[in-house]
Amino acid sequence: MGAAKQAVQVEVGDEMDVPVIDHAPAERGTARKILPIVEGVVLVAALLAPLVLQDYLTVFATRVIILALFALSFDLVWGYAGIMSFGQALFFGSAGYGVALLARDLDITNIVLVLPAGTLIGLTFALLLGGFLLLGRHPSSVIFVSLGTLTGSYAADRLARGWYYLGGQNGIPSIAPMSLGTYEFTEGPAFYYLVLGILVVVYLLCRFLVRSQFGLALAGLRENEQRIAFFGYKAQHLKAIIFTIGGAVAGLAGSLYAFHEGFVWPNMVGVVVSTQVVLYVLFGGSGTLIGAVIGTVIVEGVSFWLSDNYRDVWPIILGLLLLLVILFRPLGLISFVLGERERVGSFGAKPKEKRNAAP
Amino acid sequence: MPLLEAAGIKKVFGKLTALDGAALTVGENEFHGLIGPNGSGKSTLMKCIAGAEVPTQGKVSFVNADITAFTPTERARAGMSLKFQITSVLPSLTLYDNILLALQAQCSLLDLVFSRTRGALHDQVMTMLTQFRLANRAFDAAAALSHGQQQWLEIAMALAGKPKLLLLDEPTGGMSLEERRVTGELLQPIKKHCSLVIVEHDLDFIRDICDRLTVLDQGKVLASGTVSEIQANTSVQEIYLRRA
Repeated sequence: MGAAKQAVQVEVGDEMDVPVIDHAPAERGTARKILPIVEGVVLVAALLAPLVLQDYLTVFATRVIILALFALSFDLVWGYAGIMSFGQALFFGSAGYGVALLARDLDITNIVLVLPAGTLIGLTFALLLGGFLLLGRHPSSVIFVSLGTLTGSYAADRLARGWYYLGGQNGIPSIAPMSLGTYEFTEGPAFYYLVLGILVVVYLLCRFLVRSQFGLALAGLRENEQRIAFFGYKAQHLKAIIFTIGGAVAGLAGSLYAFHEGFVWPNMVGVVVSTQVVLYVLFGGSGTLIGAVIGTVIVEGVSFWLSDNYRDVWPIILGLLLLLVILFRPLGLISFVLGERERVGSFGAKPKEKRNAAP
Repeated sequence: MPLLEAAGIKKVFGKLTALDGAALTVGENEFHGLIGPNGSGKSTLMKCIAGAEVPTQGKVSFVNADITAFTPTERARAGMSLKFQITSVLPSLTLYDNILLALQAQCSLLDLVFSRTRGALHDQVMTMLTQFRLANRAFDAAAALSHGQQQWLEIAMALAGKPKLLLLDEPTGGMSLEERRVTGELLQPIKKHCSLVIVEHDLDFIRDICDRLTVLDQGKVLASGTVSEIQANTSVQEIYLRRA
């Protein structure tokens, strides 16, 4: 059989079905192994965390999970579609402000209203900004999009600082807790498991999306936008769609963050948080989803530990760590265990190898 | 009515006039070679036809419609396909996914999100790969292919959407003699349903597969006609001798 495969290269024959079919399942078998294990380990660790962590650490862990959700939104946009968004906090923060205003001015804190509202705010802002930056007749350059998103985020930060209605520099403090009927979600294990549940659901939806045929189109977009336009893809539309979905996820994360912290402030829409999420994803490994989660946990965990133990120099240590990873592991920490082939993966349901009963 | 008609195409880059009134007419199921010395404007004319460049002047008609201002996406949807001069297969994707990517280009968004066309396209992907003698590498990354195989993969991708016209810019560049021969064989069967415009330096290759030729020199059409007419044309012989 091996000889037959070799011969295919030069032979003039027409029918090569046999080697294909018996080659395929083997490849597919080895192609997916590490990722589900990593995901499983992370999930188990996340489920057990509140049982072993002290209360104040559970609160910290809740914040990290929310930020991981935020990181997923950036991974979708950059890791999968190759859109460099330096303004992801714009959607995160504006949703945070939105739900804070709902709680402050309209006394709406019901979870079934505020979370969809926050998601919608993120989605709408992303649609507007994405429509403006991405939906030209001709493709917009990476630099145009990154500067455009950066400017959007910066402008939102300035606007929030200057606008009295939004609380100016101080933001909006003392947001009432998120509620469900008479139950109030306050910091602690219940809130933790709520956000973990949301993270898992969103993660699975993202995974479904990026492993679908749509995900293949995104991969094409990331690797060579011009090429896929010549196939007849509406590349700009694809970009606007994934950018909007990213905005919606960021909005969901932002509304959870606002209620968890109990206040919102201008930094939340600004450049610092926008950059932070880029670092989470680059650190963990972009284009893997789980890398975004791991990156967030590690960057936040290490900052937390460093700031406790090396009060003065911790930002420098953290900066060096990030630099080292980005220099020597451009594909992020996940690339220590995850090979290139598996990272790229395959798309659509596995083909039903109807004829895989080959010898 | 010809399938493709480009007339009076002028393209100016700054002070350089790359095309100065070039024209090209291609009928249905015709293999048309575009030749000429280096710098004669062959690639630029291809790009103007494919939509990678917008001509400064002139008109491109395709299937009876004026497509001069169409974007590449619109041209692709009208049935035109391009293989770039520089191979642009997507290196990290498998061969299978490269072809699938090309095949599913015109599926609806919902079909893509729910992977509804995946099963139906599977056989087409394998057929394309088999036709281009790449089936045994289906699940290797495209980056692992030899240069010649990447070119074949790219031709297969360009053909995946069943175009009416395929534009090939130097398909045999960097290929061995054997690979060139096979490329010619691979292209023959598509004549049944597709026309071809091919830019190529290898005149033997062009002569073997083309029905008609257009010769460009300094941005203008020097001659156009059947292969034997062009071979007999003295001014064509002259420019090739002059540069030889």
